Amino acid sequence: MAKLLAVTIVVIAILSAIPIIRNTWHPLPDVSAHGQAIDDQLSETMWEAGISFLASQIILAWFIWRYSGNRPGEKTKTFPGGATGLVAAAVILVGVEVFALGIFGVKAWANIYFTPPGADAMPVQVQAGQFAFYFRYTGPDGTFGAIHPEMLSEANQNFYGIDTDHDSDAKDDIVTAEMAVPVNREIRLLMHSKDVSHSFYVPALRIHQDFVPGLDLQIHFTATKVGRYEIVCSQLCGLGHYNMKAYLSVLSQDDFDAWLKKQAALQ
Amino acid sequence: MHDTSTHAAAHHGPPTSFIRKHVFSLDHKVIGKQYYGLGLVAVIIGMVLSWVMRIHLAWTAYPIPGLHLLSGTGAPGNVMTPEFYLQVMTMHATFMVFFVLTVVPFAAFGNFFLPIHTGAEDMPFPHFNMMSFWTTFVAFCVMLLSFFVGDGPTLGGWTQYAPLSAVGAVAGPGQGSGVIIWATSIAIFCVGQLFGALNFIPNVLDLRCKGMSMWRLPMPTWAWFITSCMGLTSFSVLMPACILLILDHVAGTSFFVASNLVINDQLQPHSGGSTLLWQHLFWFFGHPEVYIAIVPGMGIVSHVLITNMRKPMLSHRVLVYSMGALAVLSYMVYGHHMFVSGMNPFSSLVFSFPTLLITIPSTVIVLVWIGSLYGAKLRINAASLFALGFISMFITGGVSGFFLAQPSIQILLHATYFVVAHFHFTMAIAALFGIFSGTYFWFPKMWGRMMNDNLGKLHFWLTFIGVYAIFMPMHYLGLAGNVRRYQAFVVDYMQPLVGVHQFITIAALFTGAVQLIFIYNFIHSRFWGEPAPENPWQGTSLEWSVPSPPPHDNFGGKHPVVYHDPYQYGVQSSTGDYLMQDSPEQVKGAQDEP
Repeated sequence: MAKLLAVTIVVIAILSAIPIIRNTWHPLPDVSAHGQAIDDQLSETMWEAGISFLASQIILAWFIWRYSGNRPGEKTKTFPGGATGLVAAAVILVGVEVFALGIFGVKAWANIYFTPPGADAMPVQVQAGQFAFYFRYTGPDGTFGAIHPEMLSEANQNFYGIDTDHDSDAKDDIVTAEMAVPVNREIRLLMHSKDVSHSFYVPALRIHQDFVPGLDLQIHFTATKVGRYEIVCSQLCGLGHYNMKAYLSVLSQDDFDAWLKKQAALQ
Repeated sequence: MHDTSTHAAAHHGPPTSFIRKHVFSLDHKVIGKQYYGLGLVAVIIGMVLSWVMRIHLAWTAYPIPGLHLLSGTGAPGNVMTPEFYLQVMTMHATFMVFFVLTVVPFAAFGNFFLPIHTGAEDMPFPHFNMMSFWTTFVAFCVMLLSFFVGDGPTLGGWTQYAPLSAVGAVAGPGQGSGVIIWATSIAIFCVGQLFGALNFIPNVLDLRCKGMSMWRLPMPTWAWFITSCMGLTSFSVLMPACILLILDHVAGTSFFVASNLVINDQLQPHSGGSTLLWQHLFWFFGHPEVYIAIVPGMGIVSHVLITNMRKPMLSHRVLVYSMGALAVLSYMVYGHHMFVSGMNPFSSLVFSFPTLLITIPSTVIVLVWIGSLYGAKLRINAASLFALGFISMFITGGVSGFFLAQPSIQILLHATYFVVAHFHFTMAIAALFGIFSGTYFWFPKMWGRMMNDNLGKLHFWLTFIGVYAIFMPMHYLGLAGNVRRYQAFVVDYMQPLVGVHQFITIAALFTGAVQLIFIYNFIHSRFWGEPAPENPWQGTSLEWSVPSPPPHDNFGGKHPVVYHDPYQYGVQSSTGDYLMQDSPEQVKGAQDEP
């Protein structure tokens, strides 16, 4: 029965690795300027984790196969080198492996979070609320109008709580239910939650950031390929959580200008 | 210390009435069995809830017979509403994490065996120990109550992120009374666990019998000792956090609610609170909790394997130091749950390094286990199979940690099924395998009868294959960006993944059904199993030196004296290839801890 267990462990380990090797399921193709570093990091980690996984399971299986049963006449033996060798192996091999991963990973993270957006990045605001995203563009004045929480009302379709009657900054703000951005243009995304925690997860764009109620955050990105992608909420926000999503269209500059003009006319 | 220790043990005579013997018992062994029973009830509830979730995820519109009994409004026509799915999910996790994974490996087995392992006749504070169980039982009843009060249990997930959890009923069904009940139950649970830790720690430090130095303690007792220290410090953070959460509901405070929040078009009457404060408090408990669930399993598995390998581990001390390192590091890594939470991105990097570092003691433990198998004379029985399965599960769960330790990769994998796969393999399935291994191993001592080993092996095979079939594909779902905590997959790119969910559901129903073999074996053996001898596995530690089940004061009025470290195997003694810890015999080749 020990031999059967050894075989089962090896078969399970190999079966588990096949979809990874064949890349059956994989992240959506990257369409961001910063995403390659993340994908490289994922792939390096996959190699190291994959080798560790297969090697450990196979050695476990081998020892179960080899050292089971009473085997009269044979005495129990100790692993050559004892625990010291194994501790050294763990510290050196795993230590080097994980620290290498960690240090390279810092670069991928720093690209996104520690590099400030360029001065010409286009500001777009996203507001998360149960259970929809709304987006806001500044209009010609380049400035967002202030948010007045007491005026915020889904019923009156004032999704952002802006005062278009008295606030000149707000007058030309363009509020939309879908997001569009021009291709190859850096976007400065201002994130605001009106109620609870949500998240802005765009797998194709390699963006994932929670909204923090009471704390407006800013991230920046550049989309590099025209197309239509999905934004989903990944932070449990209530009963409609599964249905909280929006589309992000990456358009050519001309198409984007036309889209924004159309949206402005709808306000 | 150990010269006078047995005299310091709390003396209480054998109980005479039924109530004092079986209900409000002061005997640590009865309390251990009570914890085990509670865990068994909770695991059945948790598992049935997971079936309901899995069926719904795979076939969203499929009516589940009898579901309306669980909720009047949550399941019209026996089909789950989105909110009821989240409520069921929250309760699945809550029952499993608190009332199974904390209760069984730590409180149940720990209560029964820790005093016997140390050579004490009971815990130092038996009344506190009794209160520990009954407090936990009250917490369990309060949690169950939430199904039947108001609009049902909370839907906020076991993590209860604020402000969803803190603003009250306006945030959705179950977010009013449901959250208050949840937080009350967890706060009570914390008190119960603190009573427990306050018994475990002094028992190990002060009640060891003559000759029982710290290094002569068996592995599970070291594990329970380390776990108690974690429990003492982490539950004492969760309890006040829950109280603050309740105050936000009932006292008009705003610990976790920021200003100017608008929910359902209503401006909330809160100001100045912090969204991230709850996450910091919760995960300061939450990450050590992972190790509270898994470290006892490591101790149990080491104990079971040593007995069945007929040789000691390569190094007892290295294992203890590694478990200690896990415990210390567990407090420094909690921020990896919050990489994309909106905390300072620099903090994410700071938390990333201890998280990567924690793979070193974990790897050391796995390598010592595997290296110790080298040259063994491994016996295959249900207990050792589950112990070997534990190692395989822990490796699988461990390597996915490489990914989640890195903030940049969490941009892809945070809050996806990859995380679900990771924590189920480590803290849930590995810990459950530790529970099963401990049960098959110690059942004869706890109930005085043998379990059916063939049924145990069958249970192992079907469970081992089943859990891989359930949780391995979840990694693939996560890589493809499948977000967790969704009740249906309406997002375009997730639609092609529904087939994988259907496969997982079938595997989950199968694996769940297999557990009936265990329950049958457990109940049948409890009443009709073969009577167990004192030392069925030729073990060496003190629990095998007393009758099965042990008498009221464990050692029949005698004070045990210990002469050896707990794992003298592969020697030639008058008893065979092992030497009992309390045997004064000296043999050649024995390597004793001082």
